[in-house]
Amino acid sequence: MKRATPLKNLNFELACFQRRLKIGGLFVFLLALGLLTRSFYLQVVQHEYYIQRAESNRTSLVPTAPNRGLIVDRQGRTLAENYSAYTVEITRAEMASLEQTLIELGKLIEVTPGQLRRFRRLLSESHEFETVPLKSKLTDEEVAILAANHYRLPGVEVKARLFRNYQAGPGMAHVVGFIGRINDRDLKTLRENGREQNYKGSVHIGKTGLEQHYEALLHGRTGFDQMETDASGRAVRMLSRIPPVPGKDLRLHLDLELQAVAEHAFGNYLGGLVALDPRTGGVLALVSKPGFDPNLFVDGIDPETWKSLNESPDRPMVNRALRGIYPPGSTIKPFMAMAGLELGLRKPGDTIADPGFFSLPNSSHQFRDWKKGGHGMVDLRRSIAQSCDVYYYRLAVDMGIDRMHDYLAKFGFGEKTGIDLEGESAGLLPSREWKKRRWNKVWYPGETVIAGIGQGYHLSTPLQLAVATAMLANGGTRIEPRLVEAVRDPVTHVWQPQAKAAQQTATFDPANMAVVREGMMDVMRPGGTAAAAAAGARYTFAGKTGTAQVVGIKQGARYDAGQLSRKNRDHALFMAFAPVENPRIVIAVIVENGEHGSSTAAPIARAVFDYYLTGKRPGTMKLEANDATE
Amino acid sequence: MPRNSHWILRRLSHVDGILLALVVMLLGISLAVVVSASGQSPGRISGHLINMGLALAVMVVMANVPPHLLSKVGPPLYVAGVVLLIGVALFGEIRNGSRRWLNLGVMAFQPSELLKLALPLMLAWYFQRNETVLRAKHYVFGGVLLLVPFLLILRQPDLGTAMMIGASGFYLLFFAGLPWKVILGGGVISAASLPLVWGLMHDYQQRRVLTLLDPSADPLGDGYHIIQSTIAIGSGGLFGKGWMQGTQSQLDFIPERTTDFIFAVFGEEFGYLGTILLVALYLAIVVRGLTIAAHAPTLFGRLMAATLSLNLFTYAFVNMGMVSGILPVVGVPLPLMSYGGTALVTLLLGVGILMSVATHRQLNKS
Repeated sequence: MKRATPLKNLNFELACFQRRLKIGGLFVFLLALGLLTRSFYLQVVQHEYYIQRAESNRTSLVPTAPNRGLIVDRQGRTLAENYSAYTVEITRAEMASLEQTLIELGKLIEVTPGQLRRFRRLLSESHEFETVPLKSKLTDEEVAILAANHYRLPGVEVKARLFRNYQAGPGMAHVVGFIGRINDRDLKTLRENGREQNYKGSVHIGKTGLEQHYEALLHGRTGFDQMETDASGRAVRMLSRIPPVPGKDLRLHLDLELQAVAEHAFGNYLGGLVALDPRTGGVLALVSKPGFDPNLFVDGIDPETWKSLNESPDRPMVNRALRGIYPPGSTIKPFMAMAGLELGLRKPGDTIADPGFFSLPNSSHQFRDWKKGGHGMVDLRRSIAQSCDVYYYRLAVDMGIDRMHDYLAKFGFGEKTGIDLEGESAGLLPSREWKKRRWNKVWYPGETVIAGIGQGYHLSTPLQLAVATAMLANGGTRIEPRLVEAVRDPVTHVWQPQAKAAQQTATFDPANMAVVREGMMDVMRPGGTAAAAAAGARYTFAGKTGTAQVVGIKQGARYDAGQLSRKNRDHALFMAFAPVENPRIVIAVIVENGEHGSSTAAPIARAVFDYYLTGKRPGTMKLEANDATE
Repeated sequence: MPRNSHWILRRLSHVDGILLALVVMLLGISLAVVVSASGQSPGRISGHLINMGLALAVMVVMANVPPHLLSKVGPPLYVAGVVLLIGVALFGEIRNGSRRWLNLGVMAFQPSELLKLALPLMLAWYFQRNETVLRAKHYVFGGVLLLVPFLLILRQPDLGTAMMIGASGFYLLFFAGLPWKVILGGGVISAASLPLVWGLMHDYQQRRVLTLLDPSADPLGDGYHIIQSTIAIGSGGLFGKGWMQGTQSQLDFIPERTTDFIFAVFGEEFGYLGTILLVALYLAIVVRGLTIAAHAPTLFGRLMAATLSLNLFTYAFVNMGMVSGILPVVGVPLPLMSYGGTALVTLLLGVGILMSVATHRQLNKS
């Protein structure tokens, strides 16, 4: 079918086209309006928001880690210091094949299997974008080799890092502690405390010991460089700078040489020793044998070494002075004696007859004295000097467990001492109520009897024993032990003595205390249990020996060290202070499996007293303190 | 037109002054932005100047080609383009996961570029030829002419180019009088088939659309470009940060900032007022182009002028829309602004055709 004439049709088509042109124009106009609306939204409405985004794009804060504070002993000898070293570090996300890179690196520099194991452990704990050290303390030659090969090893960087060196060696490990790489748990803690920002540039954090307790002081404040950066993160120029503030230095009460003398005196024995100044609470020595090398931990310990340390039967990672809990044994007797006097249960002159055993009324069970056949007639001084068990069995029964608990608590037993180290144990001071709560059992009279000589449930740490002994030495002031004596501001370089820790004073009748002290002096005199250890001393001593059973002895059997393997032998305890007229040092020492306080523990204390009070070194120790510990 | 004037002046007499002024303004802005965005790279600047000179020369040449001659190029160009597209499908080189390139030995070549002009030319030639007897079957055949290259390019896959070529074909059909009920019906059908299209889309294409909806979902991957370019534009504010003062631009945050994302640099440094000016310039070109179309003596001229005008604006819209985050990221440069010789030559070739239509007023002498 043909349409109408073409010409007429053409006019109609033209009109139609003109209309469509207008529609097309309208369409374009609407699109343009859309664009302008969007631009208006971005550039006018949201301008403030986007200008901020652009600003934060452009600038980045580059943290600069502060230098960590030093730790020195009372003579200014360095215990922990910093040094700068080159480290080769690897960022996994930046390389195609980690294994290939490791092989290539192995051809260039020597990487030990231990370093490789440690690296893999760190790698497994970190994110792909994190930089993980492979080997630190590179030699100049290694740095040069790596720099020359930098172009073909993407993701491998040589960086100058600050490290921590603990030159005082294994003996100080339990005091100074160590720093280690910040892990997820540390990060979480930092975040919770709102301190995360301050660790932006830091790799390490204090993990144990003083490094942990004084982290806030030692770390310092992180500085920030505000840089203008391009999209690839390259710094173009510095806009502003907040310099870092170095951490504060710590000076200890502790004397490194005294510590070395104490360690040396232990010989091959394991155990713990605490030496305090009874006037200030300053910790003069704090030994836990064995120690370990804290330097192993600074840059991440390799798994094998960690395993051998952690699973060693000697348990070198446990700070015995703080965390080792032992029955106080006979060292409890002076405190029991004080309790007996103060509670009016005993007079100094009261005597008892010791037949060698004690039985409760209506019971045939015999609580034996350590001395077969007994001590005969015993008064208070003699009970301490000879460590008469029966005297204290009786006293304990007369006192009852409730009063015993309350009185011993005055000396700080069963409570943390508040020393400036983490992880302290509170020990255990038993009571009727405690047994009910803990075991839901009633208290038996027999348990009171053995509590009188520091056996049974009672557990205390060497540190607690030292603090309690300090109360006998200073007349009743309970001091909070302190390792740090002064803090130095890195800017002013002025040592600021630390404020003394809170002290509690218990009121004791000085006459009672004098009697107990006399008893403790008798311990060190001929006829006393530790007389041998005091022979020839040029100062006065007051002390008390003790023995803590490791295995229970059956009724009727006698303790025979020969038949027991070494690990089952009794622990030897000794606590003492000197000089008695004006006590300057208090010592509590425990020698694990040392059997007798008099023969193993007391001589160790004697060596420490000698050095501290007279400057005399043990004859077998020929050296500088630093050599002893390497 | 005086017969005795110099031949160069005669050639220049075909240049439309208004269009030339608009184009030169845009190229001037483009040069300024490329200088800033390239970090005053001498290579980029001289390259851009050479491209501009070349493209302006092509424009002048095209302005001198009478429309009736031009229309004859349509069918062979179209056939060649489609044959090459089939060649690509069979022997093409794969780059970045899609088969778009034909290796001609000396150079790699995208036949889809050719179709951007060949399809409108072909359709305009076809409708001109059947001007007096236009009936439904002609629109159907026109639709087929549109669909063949569209589907071939879609299969490469190159969604962006396929849409742009589809749009140019559609504009032409629209101006040629495609009935409204077909347009509306087609619109309804395509809206209904969107879920189906979504299912047929490649993963990366789907991801681009999703990224558009929420760029922050993947700020380091697909979303990065959009986030950085919207930050650039938004931070420009009303007046802009000033020429060569854009931090986003100068510090490398904007990717492809002399080419596809040049609008982000422009928006950051010249602000909303700059954006208004830019959009106004494009609108002015469209208005001029549509005016030329309205006064064109032949159907071919009318259709070509109207289609090319709308097309140019569509490119501008798609590019600016993508850079400012309202359209998915497709590789479409900003007309007359982006650095790149091929696109510039193609665009000014189109402007030359507009000029030719404007200045060859006499009817064809058969």
